Amino acid sequence: MSMHSNLLVAAALLFATGAAAETPGLGKSVTEADLALWDISIGPDGAGLPPGSGTPTQGKAVYEQKCELCHGKEGAGGRNATLVSTKDRTVTNYVPHATTIFDFTRRAMPWQQPKTLTADETYGVTAYLLALAKIIGENDVMNAETLPKVRMPNRDGFVSKYPEKR
Amino acid sequence: MSISKRSDLESLEAVAGNGLINRRMLLGRGIALAGATTASASATLTSAGAEPLPVDPWSLAVGSPIPLYETPAKYEKHVVRTLTNPNHEPRTSNARTPHHLLNGTITPNGLHFVVSRTGFPDIDPAKHRLVIHGLVKQPKIFDLETLARYPMESRICFVECGGNSGPLYNKDPIQANVQAIHGLVSCSEWTGVRLSTLLEETGIDPKAKWFLAEGADAPSMNRSIPLAKALDDAMIALYQNGERINPSQGYPMRLLVPGYEGNMNVKWLHRIKLIESPVMAINETMQYTMRIAGQKSWQFYFPQEVKSFVTHPSPGLTLKGPGFYEISGLAYSGNGRISRVMVSADGGKSWAQAALQDPVLSKALTRFRMPWRWDGQPVVLQSRAWDEAGNVQPTRAQIAAERGEPRVNVPVTAFPMGHMNVITSWGIDGKGEVKHVYA
Repeated sequence: MSMHSNLLVAAALLFATGAAAETPGLGKSVTEADLALWDISIGPDGAGLPPGSGTPTQGKAVYEQKCELCHGKEGAGGRNATLVSTKDRTVTNYVPHATTIFDFTRRAMPWQQPKTLTADETYGVTAYLLALAKIIGENDVMNAETLPKVRMPNRDGFVSKYPEKR
Repeated sequence: MSISKRSDLESLEAVAGNGLINRRMLLGRGIALAGATTASASATLTSAGAEPLPVDPWSLAVGSPIPLYETPAKYEKHVVRTLTNPNHEPRTSNARTPHHLLNGTITPNGLHFVVSRTGFPDIDPAKHRLVIHGLVKQPKIFDLETLARYPMESRICFVECGGNSGPLYNKDPIQANVQAIHGLVSCSEWTGVRLSTLLEETGIDPKAKWFLAEGADAPSMNRSIPLAKALDDAMIALYQNGERINPSQGYPMRLLVPGYEGNMNVKWLHRIKLIESPVMAINETMQYTMRIAGQKSWQFYFPQEVKSFVTHPSPGLTLKGPGFYEISGLAYSGNGRISRVMVSADGGKSWAQAALQDPVLSKALTRFRMPWRWDGQPVVLQSRAWDEAGNVQPTRAQIAAERGEPRVNVPVTAFPMGHMNVITSWGIDGKGEVKHVYA
């Protein structure tokens, strides 16, 4: 093989490798600090939970003002989902992680004004629902320490279909 | 016409019960049949009277001006989605695709199904951003203008809600049409940037095993998805059937995870975070998990498994007397291409292989067609699909054995069971009226 064709092969290989790995490289670098207001995800281990705290009593006041219209008295359901009941899928018998209640309430509720509850209010509403479901005591304080430790009754009620199913 | 009933699947191509016609035989006779049709049509006209056909008024007047953006003809106003929350009350809205009024495989953008928790947000495309962070080497942020410069690809694939066809798990056959039962699946050509391309740019921390995808809508809907899917065929979709994605489909960008359950194709996508394990979001715990009698609930059930249903005829499309009809419908699998669709006109006693309309694409709706001569007697139509991965659409008995017997009846808008890919049966009575039945 001539040097010329060797060079051609090398150039072709280089091009192929380069093309496979190449991106336009136009994304702007950001830091996690830049994303503080965006990164609202919370893991079941409590990672991402904000400072603050709330009790069932504090949460009851928030619930009655901002949640009851749709979810009914004491979470019994109304024009929207039942939250506390031994029937249906609820906090009481279905949700496997208490952190999910906090996460969803913070990101999506109240329906008309999502992301307006303070961390304390969100901990409070979460505590209120957990107490109504008799999962925590009426005076238990929910915060970044205690919430992930709450043992939900249906914690072991799931089996993953991934990756069993193709 | 004689009907042979054979149980051997291999021999069913010839003919099956209640008038299913060998599609190859029909192709071979095409010219003869066409000739017969012409002859019979001219005979009818001749006998209708001496008057020649009039020149129609639209042939005598100037047409309407061509609009900037065209909508279907005014005579097609009935071809619309059905809405579960038309007054926008504080709850989820569903819009269903009218498959009984469409043909082909691509869903028009305005008829694509929707499941939305709070309607669609009004996102300024000039201000929308997508951030990729978490277990990456360098977090990056992309705006729409930037993404438009990346290498793009197009692929045709379906998106289906995990709850589609749920009413088939009712104890008794629900009296509803294709749109109500199967309307939460649609198919589009999606164009965008591979997620793997963007991840090359951010780098991946080896600890990352999943990624979280989150929307910029009011409830910031989010899902945990295996990272393997990001490296396989996940796409940041910017275009739907050639134009920018519709507002309720995620304008200006959505995640597309071909074949996976609908809500994982996160709309209004603005954040991807690489993580070690699932965050246990509401949509992977409370919602989109399946309670199974006597077992633990099923979680992280991602692929929409092989499924088919007959769209023509179907409830509401009454047959106009005995004679020739084309049975047609849709088949699809989240695990690859459709390899075979069998059709029965006698409630599953005998089956014949349907023709698959080209192109047959992986994780896309595939149209099947079956020639049929109806003799006017009551029949039960069914279709059953196979995919290239070897999966076969289950019977009602198989679903009941796996998940328990259905015990209750719920309204057609409820979701008694997820991932219902069971065979659908249409019963046709002597008057040609089509009803949903169990067979």
